[in-house]
Amino acid sequence: MTPLLLSHYTATTCLGRGLDATRAALHDGRSGLAPCAFETVRLDTWIGEVAGVDDIRLPAPLARYDCRNNRLTLMGLETDGFAERVRLAIERYGRDRVGVFLGTSTAGILQTELAYRRRDPVSGALPADFHYRTTHNSFSLAEFTRAYFDITGITMAISTACSSSAKVFAAAARQLALGTIDAAIVGGVDTLCLTTLYGFSSLELTSPLPCRPYDPARNGISVGEGAAFALLERPAGLLPGSVLLLGTGESSDAYHMSSPHPDGLGARMAMSAALRSAGLTAADIDYINLHGTSTPANDAAEGKAIAGLFGDRVACSSTKGATGHTLGAAGAVEAVICALALREGLLPGSPGTATLDPTLPIQYVLRSRPARIRQVLSNSFGFGGSNCSLAFGVAE
Amino acid sequence: MNASLTAWISGIGFLAPGLADWPATRAVLRGEADFVEAPTILPAPAILPPAERRRASRVVKLTLAIGLEAAAHAQADVSTLATVFSASGADGHTCHALCEQLASDDRQISPTRFTNSVHNAAAGYWGIATRAMAPCQVICAYDATFGAGLIDALGQVTLDHQPTLLISYDSEYPEPLHAVRPIPDVAGVALLLTPERSEHSLAQISVAASTAPAATLTDPALEIQRLAIPALRSLPLLQMLARGEGGAVVLDYLAPTQLQVTVTPC
Repeated sequence: MTPLLLSHYTATTCLGRGLDATRAALHDGRSGLAPCAFETVRLDTWIGEVAGVDDIRLPAPLARYDCRNNRLTLMGLETDGFAERVRLAIERYGRDRVGVFLGTSTAGILQTELAYRRRDPVSGALPADFHYRTTHNSFSLAEFTRAYFDITGITMAISTACSSSAKVFAAAARQLALGTIDAAIVGGVDTLCLTTLYGFSSLELTSPLPCRPYDPARNGISVGEGAAFALLERPAGLLPGSVLLLGTGESSDAYHMSSPHPDGLGARMAMSAALRSAGLTAADIDYINLHGTSTPANDAAEGKAIAGLFGDRVACSSTKGATGHTLGAAGAVEAVICALALREGLLPGSPGTATLDPTLPIQYVLRSRPARIRQVLSNSFGFGGSNCSLAFGVAE
Repeated sequence: MNASLTAWISGIGFLAPGLADWPATRAVLRGEADFVEAPTILPAPAILPPAERRRASRVVKLTLAIGLEAAAHAQADVSTLATVFSASGADGHTCHALCEQLASDDRQISPTRFTNSVHNAAAGYWGIATRAMAPCQVICAYDATFGAGLIDALGQVTLDHQPTLLISYDSEYPEPLHAVRPIPDVAGVALLLTPERSEHSLAQISVAASTAPAATLTDPALEIQRLAIPALRSLPLLQMLARGEGGAVVLDYLAPTQLQVTVTPC
């Protein structure tokens, strides 16, 4: 594909609000995980909760969108001057030429979970202040973003579980290549809710400790939440440090709903497709941000795919020990982490991981360190066997 | 948007209340048969092993039925097809059951139910059933879901130059969610979109943005279905295909933006 410029980007997770907080935490090897004290959830697990989400107030005309997920959406958009850059793009291109492509796994379903506690005792009806369309529905965050900026370009939500906000880059890149839009707000937002916390617990996939990606003692994920966005445009006048989307690769495991292909076949296909799309070979990659959820099966499958394609030549790490697994936001959060890695020359380490699983022969980065990084891959894999790998580079 | 979104329609699958498959729907849209509303009849998915067949949810049965019908029309090998699933919601019954249990004193939800609650559950089962390892997109755009899926599928056909199967579908919620999202039944349309004309192609379509009002259906009962089920916003296009007509038709998308589809029959 023709490279596209990430003309601006931002991320908000349990590491903090915005790029400076994220970069400092990655540099220091700090984790934002804490024992779960979310809402009324009683589970023996650690989570990555974003501070201050429920203090965010939506503009009055958009009050019907109010829910934790759209509060975090707004919080993310209004960080690092991202909203201002979107408005400049709208001014430059026109409101019908800017698209919205956002990923989520559960959108504002917490609002529905809470509404089910307040059903009418006689009729069973949901409370009158519950708004399905603007909170629960998977499109709600994209529709909110479209309304917030008053834009009319192509808008869609992508919901492929934990690969959602990686796949938005591929979908937006297609429309930019076709010329149906001139700029795209891409990103992902997922927030803590009972469905995912109790759901991953029911699958025995949550760890009672902070997650430890690729560690031989890893025993599950730490659920997180996050909002991350990038403004994608066709490049014009690149400056040193400008981050580019070079390629996208998508595949399906066609194997199992909640377990990866044991040899990581789908993961390998997605990475190969991303390299092909970028016109790169394995030797061109300096860092891979792994999906690395910290479940025994996921890391083993991905590790095998990495070892098969790259051997132990390429520095790799999962940053989920820092951010938690932000599910449908993970693709965008980790795309922004890759952008920071490229811009800052920083190989992010893996908080929580003590040693690399000796059965996975890859070059795993335990502690953050400076390095020359020119091209990277970011992996995101989800339930249903949905795989996406993105290639990014930096202008020199 | 411009007219670079182009493909050939080389297969159609359809299932909706009172409309059992594409041939039956085509007869209704051509005026050769009356539309008689009746609950959607979901065929048992023969492609699944018997145990999986019994467990398959309504959306899984729906998407397998329409996807396989569209592919069979074009004699396409489903294991090689890229897919775009586009649905205005996830499985409504699973969602309701989870929310009900999470509001109770016993929050120990079933792991299978959690797995089946994801928006891409039907897409996941499609991959397992068809062994398709090609890219699979899963989109939601509330009432604009058919248009959003069509836009991404046409993008894949044009840029990747490969056949792509669009499966746009919806399912009903039980109460109390039904009251706030009153989709009456499961329904969906599948379009096999190809970059080149084949002997199975029905028409070439090109999609562009428009601000004109969407076309409506003259049969009031069918028009109710078009408005009640997001995937059926496709019906005016399907009517042209059924009748072998050429010309432009406007479909509902995201107000104020609509999609004008120009149809050139084969």
